[in-house]
Amino acid sequence: MTYLLGIFQTIGVHTLLGLSAYLLLLTGQLSLAQVGFFAIGAYVSGILTVIFTWHIFPALAIGAFTAGFFAFLVGFPALRVKGLMLVVATISFSEIVRLFFFNLSWRVNVNGLEVGPDSTQGFREIRYFAANGWEQIHIVGLIWFVVMVVMVGLWWLDRVRAGAVLRAVGTDELAAQSSGINLTMVKVAAMTGGGVIAGIGGGLFAHSTTYVDHHTFVILLATFAVSYPIIGGLRSVMGTLLAVIFIQGVIVEGLRFMGDYRNLIFGLLIILVMNLRPQGLLDGHLLEDMKKLLGRLTKGEKADA
Amino acid sequence: MLEVRNLVKHFGGVRAVDGLDFKIQQGEVFGLIGPNGSGKSTTVNLVCGVFAPTDGEILLDGVDLGAVAPHRRVDTGVARTFQNIRLFGELTVWQNLWVAWRDNPGHEQGWVSNWFGRSPARRQEIQQLLEFSGLGDKADHLAGNLAFGEQRRLELARAMAAKPKLILLDEPAAGMNSAEVKDLCKRVLAMKEMGITVLLVEHVMELVMNVTDRITVLNFGKPIAQGTPVEIQNNQIVQEAYFGSSDNAQGGAS
Repeated sequence: MTYLLGIFQTIGVHTLLGLSAYLLLLTGQLSLAQVGFFAIGAYVSGILTVIFTWHIFPALAIGAFTAGFFAFLVGFPALRVKGLMLVVATISFSEIVRLFFFNLSWRVNVNGLEVGPDSTQGFREIRYFAANGWEQIHIVGLIWFVVMVVMVGLWWLDRVRAGAVLRAVGTDELAAQSSGINLTMVKVAAMTGGGVIAGIGGGLFAHSTTYVDHHTFVILLATFAVSYPIIGGLRSVMGTLLAVIFIQGVIVEGLRFMGDYRNLIFGLLIILVMNLRPQGLLDGHLLEDMKKLLGRLTKGEKADA
Repeated sequence: MLEVRNLVKHFGGVRAVDGLDFKIQQGEVFGLIGPNGSGKSTTVNLVCGVFAPTDGEILLDGVDLGAVAPHRRVDTGVARTFQNIRLFGELTVWQNLWVAWRDNPGHEQGWVSNWFGRSPARRQEIQQLLEFSGLGDKADHLAGNLAFGEQRRLELARAMAAKPKLILLDEPAAGMNSAEVKDLCKRVLAMKEMGITVLLVEHVMELVMNVTDRITVLNFGKPIAQGTPVEIQNNQIVQEAYFGSSDNAQGGAS
């Protein structure tokens, strides 16, 4: 049971990472800065609960806000460039964040214990949940509550003009600009939103594992973050969730006996998706078919009743 | 309403537009024609802010467009279509218009209602524009799945969605058959009826000669003739620019 809950925990946190990349991918921007925002959320909220002994909820909120703030700041210079150059710029940002926390030593005596980030030794004892009597099922519940809120939010976004504008920018920047859309504003807004989502994911991650260090926030995690929406497809938020379940649940957990060879399968999977289903696993046609099927099923039920 | 003064655009050594002057009057359909590479599309791109001019001024109702950011030019009243259709193919027809929509140009709209609202009035107006464009029953289709002629009409509708004073049409009849060109003639004249000023860049003479009030002919980035469609058709210099001069002709093209 604990094992299964652990997988749910991982899938939930990775879904938040994937959704943060999804939001920016809608505008056509591929960013590897998500892991940087994730790290900021993890450290900031961890420091707040451990050193300042805050309650978890405001700590998560401030962690997410800080990550969003840095996304906003990074967005302006980074989004002036596109494609490969944006990838390079955002990798640099993630590395700067990682190396900052790698060197951050802030040890404080709280209730007779020395706690806080300890540079190379990592940030241990983020024990808010254990200290306050949360059981694992509660933690998983909280993570999935946040995942659901974010997913519903992004789903709703696709039903208002803002969502259409994001996709318009992703489809054709020149046409969007000629239609009166401020490209920089839209992209920075998407970057900021993605930063908030990654930041809250980082906070949940830090508290659920009780321990983070710089190894957690390497670029590999950022490539995972962008590959979820790419593999899942950008038509729907469900695609990202399905991709996370498939990769974390099936490939990473299911094929654990294969050890590091799983990374080969992961790479192969991305190449296969790019070639066979460039729109992602859950593309427009599949969604249409599913809607039709659902329509038929509900009609059938009505006919039966 | 639109005044272009001594407009110059160089791409490296290429003088795409080289000292262009023209004035478009309120409510007219103004044609800009010329052989391939004469600087017509570059002019449209300069007016829309895709490129910054090397020299010269573009004034819209006395406002210098050079000081207006490209995405703000829609709000000053300039919208456009593209030579190669550029729709938001993954969005529905309705969403394409929604993205470009302006409730009341010139007035700031409520931030929340603009980005997140779906007011019934706006829905109704967008639907009316779709009906006008002959796309009333296609609102929920993906723009990328439309037929060629429908995509052209949608792009025109998207330009109108911003409620501009001036629309720049960059070769709207390219690739159209004769029936579609006739339909387009009607649409351009209908836009004129609605009080929209039109700058038409076009090769298809059937369209140009039937809808324009005045025409400027470009060659090598310079205006070589100006006048009504009838005057332009009978203009010696224009004929030489298009067909080359015969040996007997007086005065070479260059």
